[in-house]
Amino acid sequence: MQIKESAQVYDVIIVGSGAGGGMATKILADAGLNVAVVEAGPYFDPKDPDQMTQLKWPWESPRRGANTVRDFGDFDMAYGGWNIEGQPYTHKDGTKFDWFRSQMLGGRTNHWGRISLRFGPKDFKHKDVDGLGDNWPIGYEDVKPYYDKLDKEIGVFGTNEGLPNDPDGFFLPPPKPRLHELFYIKGARKTGVPVYPSRMSMLTKKINKDRGVCFYCGQCARACSVYADFSSGSCLIFPAQKNGGQVDLYVNCMVREVNTNEEGRATGVSYINKEDRKEYALNAKVVVLAASACSSARILLNSKSKQHANGLGNSSNMVGKYLHDSTGASRAGFIPGLMNRKLYNEDGVGGMHVYSPWWLDNKDLDFPRGYHIEIWGGIGMPNYGFGFNPNDFNKFFGLPTGGYGNGLRADVKKYYGSVLGFGGRGEAIAREDNYCEIDPTTVDEFGIPVLRFRYKWSDYERKQARHMQSTFEELIHNMGGEVLGDSPGPNQDYGLMAPGRIIHEVGTTRMGDDPSRSVVNKYQQLHDSDNVFIMDAGPFVSQADKNCTWTIMALAWRASEYLVDQLKQQNIT
Amino acid sequence: MMDRRKSIKSLVLGGVAGGLALHGCKTQIEAEQEDKVLATYKYGRTAEETELIQELEEDQFLNEHEMETISVLCALILPANESFGSATDAGAPDFIEFMMKDYPPFQVTMRGGLMWLDHKSNTEYGTEFKVTAEAQQKEILDAIAFYDPKVPMDEQALEIQFFSLIRNLTLTGYYTSKMGIEDLGYKGNMPNVWDGVPQEVLDQHGVAYEEEWLAKCVDQSERGVIAEWDENGNLLT
Repeated sequence: MQIKESAQVYDVIIVGSGAGGGMATKILADAGLNVAVVEAGPYFDPKDPDQMTQLKWPWESPRRGANTVRDFGDFDMAYGGWNIEGQPYTHKDGTKFDWFRSQMLGGRTNHWGRISLRFGPKDFKHKDVDGLGDNWPIGYEDVKPYYDKLDKEIGVFGTNEGLPNDPDGFFLPPPKPRLHELFYIKGARKTGVPVYPSRMSMLTKKINKDRGVCFYCGQCARACSVYADFSSGSCLIFPAQKNGGQVDLYVNCMVREVNTNEEGRATGVSYINKEDRKEYALNAKVVVLAASACSSARILLNSKSKQHANGLGNSSNMVGKYLHDSTGASRAGFIPGLMNRKLYNEDGVGGMHVYSPWWLDNKDLDFPRGYHIEIWGGIGMPNYGFGFNPNDFNKFFGLPTGGYGNGLRADVKKYYGSVLGFGGRGEAIAREDNYCEIDPTTVDEFGIPVLRFRYKWSDYERKQARHMQSTFEELIHNMGGEVLGDSPGPNQDYGLMAPGRIIHEVGTTRMGDDPSRSVVNKYQQLHDSDNVFIMDAGPFVSQADKNCTWTIMALAWRASEYLVDQLKQQNIT
Repeated sequence: MMDRRKSIKSLVLGGVAGGLALHGCKTQIEAEQEDKVLATYKYGRTAEETELIQELEEDQFLNEHEMETISVLCALILPANESFGSATDAGAPDFIEFMMKDYPPFQVTMRGGLMWLDHKSNTEYGTEFKVTAEAQQKEILDAIAFYDPKVPMDEQALEIQFFSLIRNLTLTGYYTSKMGIEDLGYKGNMPNVWDGVPQEVLDQHGVAYEEEWLAKCVDQSERGVIAEWDENGNLLT
């Protein structure tokens, strides 16, 4: 098969169009560079009526929103999931890692929770605190200016609380708490857990003329048709194009590898066009990988050449290593005080209006690092699963469970909105022996060697999950509620979810000053090839007890400015 | 007869221009049929997802007798009342048929349970369940409709598991239908401005907003004004 090569040479090829790729596109195109964005999935615009799921009713889906096709339900806006047909991944040593991919313009930003938490000063230097893992080569002060710009440009609601490790920012005003959130505030205070307005990237107030203001349908996971939530396409890539940027979008194009020349420098990428299943080469002065932590590691490892026998950027053998996801455990409770609700429109924004950042000192605990608490509940739109076990809570009142007939209508109304749940999202310790690598025995349907994962939790994470469980149980009791389900014990890792399940995977191309122990420098430039940058979550040294998206974007902005500067100074040619 | 599934696949994958070209090769009736089927699910499906729905809908898992039995059951589980129709009126049986194919692990429990019901009814009353008198149908259901919440469902007797499954699907089918959502009284899924829990609801549940918290929240009358901050992050507008 002959590889078709285009004669055009772009200034920059950006692989991936999610949070990092979108930000790189905006900054680099705004700087006047000629940019190609190569995306594995199709074009997507949240306002395209043929793709839109926002404001659809459950009955419009023959499966009523069940998750038999899309992992987060039929209306969720991610094309892909834990498993993609024709694109397998494998595991080593009987370990487990679940890898979520969304292949579409904007990637996972189209459905994400929009929880937008800055990393704090401690998060960049946590080894100084507990001796575990590694410090970042940069500190909060390096990233703060970009977080500030990001808050203003993209928009995030929240409040300045003066917390030491959850920094203030430039926030839009938050929405008022819902009823179950008021119950949570009361219960949490009784438990000694602080509660604040959540910090999420939906526009509760106008920030510019191009984006709408939130109209409170609670469906951010479906991507917003008026661009009131942050998705990479609607908030970064389309504005870059509208601003006159030279942006060519290559959609349905799956990058295989970065091509390099005799000097070992990148010349562009090769990709498979999914529509004609042929391989193409695209040339550029600079390649930015932003395909997601694991996909970018895969591309590097598959980019083998005489000069990079071990894979591009992998002279340190660090590519794929230090893979880590947030810890996650959850619990739900039945709150009798929330029974018999009068109904009104309480959809709000998509997700929580209040949250609890990490509040304890690990000196007094048997595990390192912390977690934040996410809260769900309320009188949301019925979807597949609504009405299952309609009067199961009768068991708490000594009444029979089950039955049939019109009494079930009354039961459904009585209990509607009386459940509240928690998700704990915490920090794992990054370890060299948790990694992804190329599986030499398996290729995907495009002939590209696939990833093989090896990942084990340690007692650090298990003990953290145990703490989450006991905290959640106490919170539910302090709301006058009944905990649902049995307390998961040590044989269930205290409910600690399998790695990958929180979809915060980071660390596979970590940054550092020492080229023998890291993949990129502090500007996310490969130590081994000065014209390749990584702008997804791969360069994270550690993942904090936050969510990674806001930091991916702040770092991508910072790295993109550095890249523009290096091109201007002709340090990269 | 042409393979409708194949033609739909190429119609969808061919995009707009291809679709027009393909239409030219078909009879008017075929084209209308396809348009009708495709128009049924306009909630942002990809071509592959539309094709899957087509395949599932062309297939019929439950036979006529089973569908009739399910229609009787759905109406017993959630009968009509003075304001709303039954779960059967709201289309729950068709939804159940779809789920059998969309999630095949349901199939044996559902089909085996329906056979169990007929066997029980034939043994006790000498007639199949669907035509047995309602009082006797209810006698059968009374024995299988309640479960012990302390025992995991997959350890309960098959007939109890079966009834739990069909009750769950019946209720979810009803409450995700237009009729069911109206019955429930859900008020959302439309553009609005959230400005807090109504006072009477706060009173009913014994909670209140704190002034200090409310002071941080959005003033909805100013939401259309472009945000500006001072250098310390204090919102000015």
